[in-house]
Amino acid sequence: MNLDPKIPDGPLEKKWTTAKANYKLVNPANRRKYSVIVVGSGLAGGGAAAALGEQGYNVKCFCFQDSPRRAHSIAAQGGINAAKNYQNDGDSVYRLFYDTIKGGDYRSREGNVYRLAEVSTSIIDQCVAQGVPFAREYGGMLDNRSFGGAQVSRTFYARGQTGQQLLLGVYQSLSRQIGLGQVKMYNRHEMLDVVLVNGVAKGIITRNMVNGKIERWAADAVVIASGGYSTVFFLSTNAAGTNVSAAWRAHKRGAGFANPCFTQIHPTCIPQEGEHQSKLTLMSESLRNDGRVWAPKKKEDCGKNPKDIPEEDRDYFLERKYPSFGNLAPRDISSRAAKEVCDEGRGVGPVVAGERRGVYLDFRDAIQRLGRKTIEARYGNLFDMYENITGENAYERPMRIYPAPHYTMGGLWVDYNLMTSITGLFAAGEANFSDHGANRLGASALMQGLADGFFVLPYTLGNYLGSIPPGEAGKIDINDPAFADAENAVKESVGKLVSIKGKTSPRSLHTALGKIMWNKVGMARSKESLTSAIDEIRALRERFWNDVLIPGGGDELNIELERAGRVADHLEFAELLCFDALDRNESCGGHFRVEHQTEDGEAVRHDDQYANVSVWEFTGVGNKPKKHVEPLNFENIKLAVRSYK
Amino acid sequence: MSEKSLNLNLRVWRQKNADAPGKFVTYKLDNISPDSSFLEMLDLLNEQLIDSGEEPVAFDHDCREGICGSCSLTINGIPHGKGRMMTTCQLHMRSFENGETITIEPFRAQPFPVIRDLVVNREPFDKIMQAGGFIDQRIGSAQDANALPISKETADKAMDAAACIGCGACVAACPNASAMLFTGAKMSQLNLLPQGQPERYKRAINMVDAMDANGFGNCTNIGECEAACPKGISLDFIAMMNRDYAVAKVKRFFSGAA
Ligand SMILES: Cc1cc2nc3c(=O)[nH]c(=O)nc-3n(C[C@H](O)[C@H](O)[C@H](O)COP(=O)(O)OP(=O)(O)OC[C@H]3O[C@@H](n4cnc5c(N)ncnc54)[C@H](O)[C@@H]3O)c2cc1C
Ligand code: SF4
Ligand code: FES
Repeated sequence: MNLDPKIPDGPLEKKWTTAKANYKLVNPANRRKYSVIVVGSGLAGGGAAAALGEQGYNVKCFCFQDSPRRAHSIAAQGGINAAKNYQNDGDSVYRLFYDTIKGGDYRSREGNVYRLAEVSTSIIDQCVAQGVPFAREYGGMLDNRSFGGAQVSRTFYARGQTGQQLLLGVYQSLSRQIGLGQVKMYNRHEMLDVVLVNGVAKGIITRNMVNGKIERWAADAVVIASGGYSTVFFLSTNAAGTNVSAAWRAHKRGAGFANPCFTQIHPTCIPQEGEHQSKLTLMSESLRNDGRVWAPKKKEDCGKNPKDIPEEDRDYFLERKYPSFGNLAPRDISSRAAKEVCDEGRGVGPVVAGERRGVYLDFRDAIQRLGRKTIEARYGNLFDMYENITGENAYERPMRIYPAPHYTMGGLWVDYNLMTSITGLFAAGEANFSDHGANRLGASALMQGLADGFFVLPYTLGNYLGSIPPGEAGKIDINDPAFADAENAVKESVGKLVSIKGKTSPRSLHTALGKIMWNKVGMARSKESLTSAIDEIRALRERFWNDVLIPGGGDELNIELERAGRVADHLEFAELLCFDALDRNESCGGHFRVEHQTEDGEAVRHDDQYANVSVWEFTGVGNKPKKHVEPLNFENIKLAVRSYK
Repeated sequence: MSEKSLNLNLRVWRQKNADAPGKFVTYKLDNISPDSSFLEMLDLLNEQLIDSGEEPVAFDHDCREGICGSCSLTINGIPHGKGRMMTTCQLHMRSFENGETITIEPFRAQPFPVIRDLVVNREPFDKIMQAGGFIDQRIGSAQDANALPISKETADKAMDAAACIGCGACVAACPNASAMLFTGAKMSQLNLLPQGQPERYKRAINMVDAMDANGFGNCTNIGECEAACPKGISLDFIAMMNRDYAVAKVKRFFSGAA
């Protein structure tokens, strides 16, 4: 596997300029001869499709929802970072770069992250020009807020709907290109395989989700921008349809998968109420600015009304353990602390699967200090949302929160040009591994999605297409045996799924997988838990292929078939995630191995062995994957221990 | 946290595909937690159907938190059900009674044909957007964002309009299947902002024409759309669209174009 990161030489701040200066170009008159397939219509995919269409390439864009406007990017609430320094508070491209590397616990590439920080400013310019209604100050200038892990105010936002407004901006650009015929949009189409002709990505196979038709599509290059894989845990903050399939199928065709064990658990989500639950809802982290996190000291108090628990019987555990950061300790640390308390049997809320999973986030003191009006003004919509979901009034009774899987830093390995280890196959947005290391900072995923789609791929993909002579462009034949083979493989697996006709629904198998992953591969991992998780996943996978029940057939709209295909991929991918977690003998960012902690439970990194990227090669289902390593070179930043005490 | 559970009768619209005739089928579903959401209740119905070898009820959904606009459903005759300012996925079972019969249909509107069961085709909305729901701004060529101050009032108003999630409840609620609220919201967002001025009147004509071409009906000021809208999009945006469209027509007349 060729893992040359292709980072341009020269000083950090010159790398991107140098790269752009050296990239090949395609003559504008020739561009219409070239075609590109983009899988995904989120910030990354939709952005890339719109930008490439605008440049004059022939673009085909695919998504599984009924409209590109519904990609999961729509759900982001908080905001998007950019090093604009509009607040004049000392921000700079370098500082955003530094915060991102540090926040990622020193497991990302300097070159990529610097470029991300560098293009962040153009993102805001672009979005405003497109009509994204960011929040403004009375003087008419853009407003900013601060977000976790930073000492400056660099987060731009549009009420609590930043992701929605950014995605609609992308969708508008995309719509324009669709109207002009530059982009052809295929809604309700699910990509089920990548096609390689002589080892080079030249197309995909899709299933039309309305009539079940399996189709071949050819192009000069393929981009995967299919989002993250948090749904491997079943319950997560992600949209129900989020899945690993596109990335996983690319991996099975030879694309390296990097750092799958780097997953992020968000501390402030509404806890699970019961077994019926299908997803967990994120509550903005900003709540921790005024709320105090606590749990009862005594187990016997856990079922009581919190009002009846006197002050001296409450354990404000974040304030106790991290006196200087207190309730504002970073995501990974706060999440783990809450889980420990619940594991000790001191959790609150309903008993789900024999355990109370929740801790209090209490606004009593803030309401006393600032008045209810102020709290209402700051968090009114969040309190309403909480009441709508739980039926409880958080002004009167402390909120209950619990951590939930939220974001995945790992993904398809890509070089500086966002090309995977398969020539001609690119990956962008949450689907790639590139910028967040072992932990992502708040408001940085939207930034990365738009950076990849609007500002990086239009250059790097042009460079790749520039290496294909115009005479050969668009000459891929979908009758090539490679297309027939891939199509047959897809048809076979669809046929197999619908013919098993066992007894167990895909959803209950997904739930079972989620339980294994959450209990053994979630917030705290050990050699023992991971080894037994692998055994359990294998057994569950066998059960799936013997006993799954999908009513109906393959040639119709079949929601259980769609679900089953995704669960089948998760069942293979989950094993890789465990192998990676088992192999990484250190704790860093979102990856916490209980064997590697200090006496008081803090993560211990091993930079001597693991300041690198683990890239996995597929060797067949059920076989141990093969590991490759890309070393990380830190030329500008000194590795240090993160401390929040 | 509620304790008691609900037993329900569900009258659900079943239709195999776009061409097949549809009909209501009644299912009994017991032991539903009042804390589960409406879609989780349907998940459980589907689990029950699968267990008995029947085909599950197809419905659209994704984010399950009221923002993607995927979920639809007409519940007891009301698009998105009786919850005010709420999508179907935000509706919880605690607002239903034990023993209640709930009628669940797809969004009913001629421009949104049924694909299967509760799933409809809302692509005509995309078509309206493609006709003019954008600002023609080349990616990468923008000036500094703060070079163009926009008053907070204007930005807030544009944001009110931009909150539309494109769900289509307005169309389903309207006896004329009019898409005025959806189109008015997007057009007003862009036409309110200084960035949207150069194409303001062209946009008005193109989007309104696309609305007509895609089979949406006229607005007769009934206001059902606003009542059904989960995002509180105001009828004012329809008025604004009508004004811009009228001005655009006059401008076109005087510029001699047909
Ligand atoms: C609740 C929530 C809140 C968040 N808040 C923030 C925030 O405040 N700030 C921030 O920076 N980040 C936030 N994030 C993270 C951020 O939203 C995502 O990481 C980011 O939007 C991902 O964008 P994307 O373009 O990579 O993928 P997505 O937006 O997930 O798009 C994936 C696309 O791929 C398509 N697709 C997937 N598989 C297939 C297939 N097999 N075939 C065809 N199409 C396929 C889908 O249809 C979709 O169009 C939040 C995430 C969540 C869950
Ligand atoms: S205007 Fe309201 S009801 Fe209509 S599509 Fe938008 S959000 Fe839905
Ligand atoms: S499922 Fe997204 S709005 Fe209801």
